[in-house]
Amino acid sequence: MYKIDCTVAVIGGGPAGLAAAISAKKEGAEKVIIVERDNALGGILQQCIHPGFGLTRFKEELTGPEYYSRFTSRLEEEGVDVLLNTMVLEVNGKTNKIICVNGEYGLTEINAKSIVLSMGCRERTRANIVVPGTRPAGLYTAGSAQRLINRQNVMVGKKAVILGSGDIGMIMARRLTLEGAKVELVVELMPYLAGLTRNRVQCLDDFGIPLKLSHTITAIVGEKRVEGVKIAPVDQNKKPILEKEEFIPCDTVLFSVGLIPENELSKGAGVEINPITNGPTVNQYMQTNIPSIFASGNVVHVNDLVDNVSSESETAGKYACLYANGKLNSNSEVITVKTGSNVRYVCPQKIALQEGKASLYFRVLSPDENVTLIAKDGDTILARKKELRVSPGEMCNLSIDVSKIVNGVTVEVVKE
Amino acid sequence: MIKNIICTVCPRGCSISVKGENSIVESVENYGCKRGIEYAKAEFVCPVRILTTVVKVDGKDELIPVRSNKPIPKSKILECMEEIRKTTITLPVKMHQVIIENVCDTGVSIVATKEF
Ligand SMILES: Cc1cc2nc3c(=O)[nH]c(=O)nc-3n(C[C@H](O)[C@H](O)[C@H](O)COP(=O)(O)OP(=O)(O)OC[C@H]3O[C@@H](n4cnc5c(N)ncnc54)[C@H](O)[C@@H]3O)c2cc1C
Ligand code: SF4
Repeated sequence: MYKIDCTVAVIGGGPAGLAAAISAKKEGAEKVIIVERDNALGGILQQCIHPGFGLTRFKEELTGPEYYSRFTSRLEEEGVDVLLNTMVLEVNGKTNKIICVNGEYGLTEINAKSIVLSMGCRERTRANIVVPGTRPAGLYTAGSAQRLINRQNVMVGKKAVILGSGDIGMIMARRLTLEGAKVELVVELMPYLAGLTRNRVQCLDDFGIPLKLSHTITAIVGEKRVEGVKIAPVDQNKKPILEKEEFIPCDTVLFSVGLIPENELSKGAGVEINPITNGPTVNQYMQTNIPSIFASGNVVHVNDLVDNVSSESETAGKYACLYANGKLNSNSEVITVKTGSNVRYVCPQKIALQEGKASLYFRVLSPDENVTLIAKDGDTILARKKELRVSPGEMCNLSIDVSKIVNGVTVEVVKE
Repeated sequence: MIKNIICTVCPRGCSISVKGENSIVESVENYGCKRGIEYAKAEFVCPVRILTTVVKVDGKDELIPVRSNKPIPKSKILECMEEIRKTTITLPVKMHQVIIENVCDTGVSIVATKEF
């Protein structure tokens, strides 16, 4: 078997993997390698041709390809190695060996001192959310439709209904319209928009595409090809009110119903998975329960802004390098961050009690206005920030000084 | 005429009401901050958007992502799409290489957003 030795191995060449690899190299890792199954770097951003990336990091609104190019163009000068067309099959958490398969070398073994998992996520499908009806052609997840249209030059249909008002769904509503299709409707189960307001304005309102909140698709109709969908409003318990069901003719249905972190490899390696984020449980260094394995990006928790992905991945890369070089103390006491009122999850879930700062990223359970975000240790406030508006679709963050923690940390969002 | 404009400058998404006629703005109300005033005025007079799409590569399966290098008036977006759809390019292409100059007389160029 072909063998490669390296200091830090990064699995996945999306924005997370790119930032982690560059950061590990900058920190002084001797040999850093990115292993990517696709034939090019950039991950999901290769198909995200719309603008909206990099406002925080670069103070400019970039398209997906422009954003990742800012990183890929630095790989050579930084001296990061890249292995494309290489699918990782297994990560061994005990030996730090990675087994992958590459067209040229065949089965390959990579021996790393530390590993960064950055495999991103995959889309939830119709099966995941159980929509009844037939199984005709014309059903796509929004992301696969995006890939077909933006990378493969395949148009998916002429008349579409989109289930889910997340950013991907809305962006695809605009994309389909620009390509000459008619988007009849976007249907959202929740009483509020899942994605950014900006996307509703620029992707739906701009083109007069109607949005129905508190509605769902109750059935898909059609034998060979989709002929339409039945939609109905839902009651408070999200149960469809069938008396109000109506039929909308269409030939295409896109599902934009969320993403699930891609963690088969992580589980195989023995990495502990958090039941709420569906990603590895990590500490402030983005280190998992296996000290040599780090994780960052959408594989850890689904991010709405790639800027956050890049910064948490730089943390992962930096500490993966320090660990590899024996400079990260892994013996300190570890606490679990608790979620208080209106907080669904906090990432990192753990904090190793050492020097330095920790960035806490978290999501609220339900939308609210005029609130204060608080991180506290008992009665001691570690950090607080006022926010005019919070919503489950937009990540919040607070930065705390770890050396100030005595007993533990609770994050909460309270009304003033 | 009064128009309600949702500000997209920050995630707060204020619903700003603008009063005026054609290119004359009389008053702006309900803005959350100063940035909203400028945005709402511009949006009232002539809403503009960055346009992004892809162009085909001559004789190849490849698609190259492109964008307008400046915002285009919203009313011209579909017309510009028509013209971009008719365009094919040859490789190699450089980042921000001009693909169509002055698309549909907007004074805006369509440029590549990928090097290939
Ligand atoms: C449709 C869409 C629209 C978005 N719009 C915006 C936006 O407007 N603004 C914004 O800031 N953010 C946006 N985002 C979010 C942002 O793009 C993501 O958060 C970011 O791309 C996540 O990066 P990642 O590297 O974690 O994952 P990915 O980009 O998914 O990269 C993961 C990589 O890992 C590789 N991989 C997976 N498994 C293996 C394996 N076993 N072996 C080898 N390689 C593997 C994959 O091929 C892929 O290249 C959007 C996301 C999507 C999906
Ligand atoms: S007016 Fe100011 S606060 Fe309101 S959405 Fe616009 S930028 Fe944000």
